[in-house]
Amino acid sequence: MEWLQQLINGISIGSIYALIALGYTMVYGIIKLINFAHGDVFMIGAFVGFYGLTHWHIGFIPSLLVAMIICSILGVLIERLAYKRLRNATRIAALITAIGVSLLIEYTTIFIRGAQPEAYPSDAIFSKTFTVFGTQITSETIVILATTIILMLLLQFIVHKTKIGKAMRAVSHDMEAAKLMGINVDNTISATFAIGSALAGAAGVIFGVYYTKIDPLMGIIPGVKAFIAAVLGGIGSIPGAMTGGMLLGVVETIVSAVGFSTWRDAAAFVILILILIFKPAGIFGKNTREKV
Amino acid sequence: MLKVDNIDVFYGGNIQALKGVSLEVNEGEIVTLIGANGAGKTTLLKTLSGLLKPKKGTIEYLGKSIGGKAAQGIVKSGISQVPEGRRVFSNMSVEENLELGAYLRKDRDGIKKDLQRVYALFPRLLERSKQSAGTLSGGEQQMLAMGRAIMAKPKLLLLDEPSMGLAPIMVQTIFSIIKEINEEGTTILLVEQNAHMALSIAQRAYVIETGKVVLSGDAKELQESDEVRAAYLGGL
Repeated sequence: MEWLQQLINGISIGSIYALIALGYTMVYGIIKLINFAHGDVFMIGAFVGFYGLTHWHIGFIPSLLVAMIICSILGVLIERLAYKRLRNATRIAALITAIGVSLLIEYTTIFIRGAQPEAYPSDAIFSKTFTVFGTQITSETIVILATTIILMLLLQFIVHKTKIGKAMRAVSHDMEAAKLMGINVDNTISATFAIGSALAGAAGVIFGVYYTKIDPLMGIIPGVKAFIAAVLGGIGSIPGAMTGGMLLGVVETIVSAVGFSTWRDAAAFVILILILIFKPAGIFGKNTREKV
Repeated sequence: MLKVDNIDVFYGGNIQALKGVSLEVNEGEIVTLIGANGAGKTTLLKTLSGLLKPKKGTIEYLGKSIGGKAAQGIVKSGISQVPEGRRVFSNMSVEENLELGAYLRKDRDGIKKDLQRVYALFPRLLERSKQSAGTLSGGEQQMLAMGRAIMAKPKLLLLDEPSMGLAPIMVQTIFSIIKEINEEGTTILLVEQNAHMALSIAQRAYVIETGKVVLSGDAKELQESDEVRAAYLGGL
């Protein structure tokens, strides 16, 4: 049952990618910006969760919630302070700003608390190993999967059933037409950043529980990989980000399992190159035609 | 009801699209604004809807100045627009599009009633209510865009080229529905290139050329006038 074990590992890491990728894809869908500071919001989430567990002793679920709330506030602040005034600027200006914001968050964190890593406590959640069909499943894995599934269901509900979700879809499809409906575009964009950043914050806490070690630059690689996952699934597509994240996690795990673990990170980039060559719109991407 | 006085509107900072435009719409009327491509018709409607801000001049609606007010506030005050090219949310269902039209309303019962009213006006939309708006034909999308605007319960409805790209029979249908909406009590400002159709249902008309109102008056009289016939009615 070796392959089943690997599949479960792949889905666990894929869940983290998927949660981060959702923020990338939602923000891209609405303002066509690749928010490169998103990986750093994920890092902040991991640290808030860490302090919740080790300093404030509030337990796993409250720590997760606090991390999500703080990250959503951070996301809205980033949008209001850095991106809002660039809404009509060139895309490259916004992209460079995003990289600037990313560096600002990373090095402000280092300035405040230093660059040394921290370790999540091993008793963050109850630790137990279950054996199912000869496969070892840890309680951490179950918590990760359960959290991810709940958050994704919640997101689907928000996007499809609530008023703000419908406004988000309307704005991402046609901002001007959305204004004609009386939709407040600024608030809708802020809500998108808030939701996307909250998901990244949750991913940060889950990452800490699963991998233990966190540090101020931890957001870079998962951030880039989640971006690849979003492109793989079709950037702008929510089901695409979920699928892309899971797929990337599984592929990486398989690459490691067959003995190429040093090539694990490269695999993600090879996927990016292949998808850009053969299916630039991604798995769920729309073939956008330029309207004349 | 609506009084536009001497407005200047610029596009992209330095291109002047409207030069001292003035016009008036009285309650209960159908007023049409006709003119060629690029004359400034769409710019005027965008300004009325709050998507563009006038640099000079005033816009008064129900006695209050609305020039430069944000789009949200204008929709709330009872002006809604059916934009050029329909602009339906093709990623959503017909019914979701109509619900978005009522975005600012809180009266659930009123919304339900208006949804029934829209379905009565456009039975085709009821048949396709669960279908994605992107799968509709051009004429059906025009109906959806109009239904969506009606869902905001406007006092003044702005229509931007509803006949564009539609088959003649569909144009007839759309125009008879515009008349029906007007008879039910909604004031209408209709922007059209199809001058013949527009003048036939309007009471009054304005002719706009390169950002300026060059002619205005009774729709029937304009239909007879030599200048309009030569320029917009193919000299019939």
